[in-house]
Amino acid sequence: MFARLQEMRRTGVLGMNRRNLEFIFNYNPRKLYPLVDDKLQTKRLAQEAGIGIPPLYQVITMQHEIRHLATLLAPYPDFVVKPAQGSGGDGILIIESQRDQRYRRVNGEIMSLFELQHHVSSILGGLYSLGGHADVALFEYRIRFDPVFSNITYQGVPDIRVIVFRGVPVMAMLRLPTRQSQGKANLHQGALGVGIDIASGQTNMAVIANQHITEHPETGYQLEGVTVPHWQDILLTAARCYELTGMGYLGADFVLDRDRGPLLLELNARPGLNIQIANHAGLLLRLRQVQALPEPLPAPAQRVVFAREQLRV
Amino acid sequence: MNPRQVYWLALALVIIALSISAYKIFVLKLPVKPDTTIDVWDVEVQITFTAQKRPVKVALYLPQNRGRFDVIDEHFISGEYGLAIQQFATNRKATWSQRYASGKQYLLYKVTLRRALSPNQSSASGKEPKVIPVPYSGASLVAATHIINSLRRHSADNETLVGQLLTQLSGNKRDENVALLLGNDHSPLNRAMLAVNLLAVAGIPAHVVHGVDLTTLQRNARRVHWLEVYYKNKWHDYNLVDGSQHIPDHYLAWWRDNKPLVTLEGGDKLYSKISVNLNPQLALQQHMFTGRKGQARLIEYSLLSLPIETQALFHVILMVPVGVIFLVLMRNLVGVKTFGTFMPILIALAFRETQLLWGIFLFVLVVSLGLSIRFYFDQLKLLLVPRLASVLIVVILLMAAISVLSFKLGLPRGLSIALFPMVILTMTIERMSIVWEERGSSEAVKQGLGSLFVASMAYVLMNLELLRHFIFVFPEMLLILLALSILLGRYSGYRLTELIRFKVLGEKH
Repeated sequence: MFARLQEMRRTGVLGMNRRNLEFIFNYNPRKLYPLVDDKLQTKRLAQEAGIGIPPLYQVITMQHEIRHLATLLAPYPDFVVKPAQGSGGDGILIIESQRDQRYRRVNGEIMSLFELQHHVSSILGGLYSLGGHADVALFEYRIRFDPVFSNITYQGVPDIRVIVFRGVPVMAMLRLPTRQSQGKANLHQGALGVGIDIASGQTNMAVIANQHITEHPETGYQLEGVTVPHWQDILLTAARCYELTGMGYLGADFVLDRDRGPLLLELNARPGLNIQIANHAGLLLRLRQVQALPEPLPAPAQRVVFAREQLRV
Repeated sequence: MNPRQVYWLALALVIIALSISAYKIFVLKLPVKPDTTIDVWDVEVQITFTAQKRPVKVALYLPQNRGRFDVIDEHFISGEYGLAIQQFATNRKATWSQRYASGKQYLLYKVTLRRALSPNQSSASGKEPKVIPVPYSGASLVAATHIINSLRRHSADNETLVGQLLTQLSGNKRDENVALLLGNDHSPLNRAMLAVNLLAVAGIPAHVVHGVDLTTLQRNARRVHWLEVYYKNKWHDYNLVDGSQHIPDHYLAWWRDNKPLVTLEGGDKLYSKISVNLNPQLALQQHMFTGRKGQARLIEYSLLSLPIETQALFHVILMVPVGVIFLVLMRNLVGVKTFGTFMPILIALAFRETQLLWGIFLFVLVVSLGLSIRFYFDQLKLLLVPRLASVLIVVILLMAAISVLSFKLGLPRGLSIALFPMVILTMTIERMSIVWEERGSSEAVKQGLGSLFVASMAYVLMNLELLRHFIFVFPEMLLILLALSILLGRYSGYRLTELIRFKVLGEKH
């Protein structure tokens, strides 16, 4: 046990307490939290800055609007429902088609209008929001994901999480939905985390439920050595999120759309620590390298260069 | 902010706390350990009888505020009756009276007693008591006189005479005259009564003491009797069981006379019973309260100066920080997951009333029943707030049902479920069902067990008698807990569970 502790210290594994105390407290001012906790605000910010996001179809803020849900959604053959202030992917529904007020989820389940209305009503009631307070429901474009990951995705949309520290993308991983995660890309819901090499944009290791694996457990395809397309774009956008929000320690989530390229899905002020397992590397050493810079690098492009060329662990 | 500030602050808090307690221990000599030799008893007399549609008068002897016990508090539940309390030379008596009463009547007397800090004379009437008139005549008188004369010959003074008489009365070898007067009833009460009568012949004042054994914590306390004899300007106790002068210190002297405890006029079917309840929790406060009052400003303005009920409340409140520190340790150092931040502490407080095992059982019962009903509500697709309200109502119904059922089954512990914080139970059920749905049943059960574990351990900690006493007498110890929690707030090391979580990163390769 003691040897493990020493090895964890040596490789710079970041623990929950240190993440909160040294990074979230010091680099993420409390007043900026609404910018990232509320996906609607994040979307507006990103749109103003010209960052690609999944287009927003509808916003429902009042319970009485739920009555008109079927009419409001009629123009969209497929869409995604999200709570604006949800955490950890809770409360997200992906509808792949609709017909006669019956909605088909990506896992094949059919929802009635009534069930969909109840889900939206729960979102407004605050069931999925962080403090349990009232929330709004967002309806947005469903990603047609880039076929590059189709061999290693069971259902749903794979996404890319980048940890950005003082504007420098320090670590990244690809999150692949599995049968267990029901199309969601969150690790605690059973999704698969695959480490990405920052310099090359190539996947290296994978982890599921804290265990290392090399093949997708459902499709059986090799997880290692896949190159993430638009890697430079992704890193650059991630780096720009620092100026966008002012937050020093961020998790930026991207999806790769077949037609629209990388889209910023959401930002997270308290990004999880499992990314370290997926990369088989500790975050702390890389964070220290960024802290050791004599002065912050002003341009996002400069920071990406620093990340790709100088981050060494 | 200078990061060292935290350490200086913590250090300052610890130094302040330690110096205050050092002053209390070494200068004021406050006890570090709880002194459990002084206990507090609640004694209750229940009287029932049937009134006969005419004036009713009920007389009850009362324990007195002298001797080995002090009366701290007493209550009378008298209903429609008028109440008068009289003090006699050797007794105190309450009389309930009513002009007209019919049907079954119920009276209650409740007294709280404490062992006296400085025991005074058992029956402290200043002047020489009177000797009762000699109750014998004819053959009995001859026998009695014979006994006394024989004792006089074999003794030097009244003290030795009483000693001889007691030996005669308690031994197996009895004088035939004693046997004659004693008859077939050899009970301590009868022997004591005989001793009183014989001592009247000798001209020595004496009386029987009726008392209660305070160690019989049952529905009907054991009544005990002994003898008090007056000589050398003092009353002396005599134990009729072994003839010694030693009366066990848990015997409460109640009244002195040859009359029964309760006398009734104007009714019948009289029934009375004395029940005793030992209250060790109060004992400590009582001792602290009266034993140290008015010694120093620090004590005068401390918690010990508060009324007893408020003190009792602070006994509980002051232990909450202990539980909270444990919770912080569990969450930030170990990494145990719990539902809600302070929920385990509130559950631990509820466990105080239910006791641990019953508490865990009742908690699991209510939460699992509530959870299954919550899953049913889920199918009804209710809005959030009405759904929470429905779960709350169900929780209250469950609590009522469990109380009634356990009472009917003769499990009075089950009643204490009423003290569970129902809103906390409701929120626990709600959060658990959401975690169940979103993260799976194993995660929900894991967090549930985590909460229960922290609650149980916090309960055990918060009920350590030594710790309770210590924190209550030295509340400045909370400053040390504050320092500890401030330091824990700056702990940036790994949590114990992270050693497992990041196991793969901790292995060399």
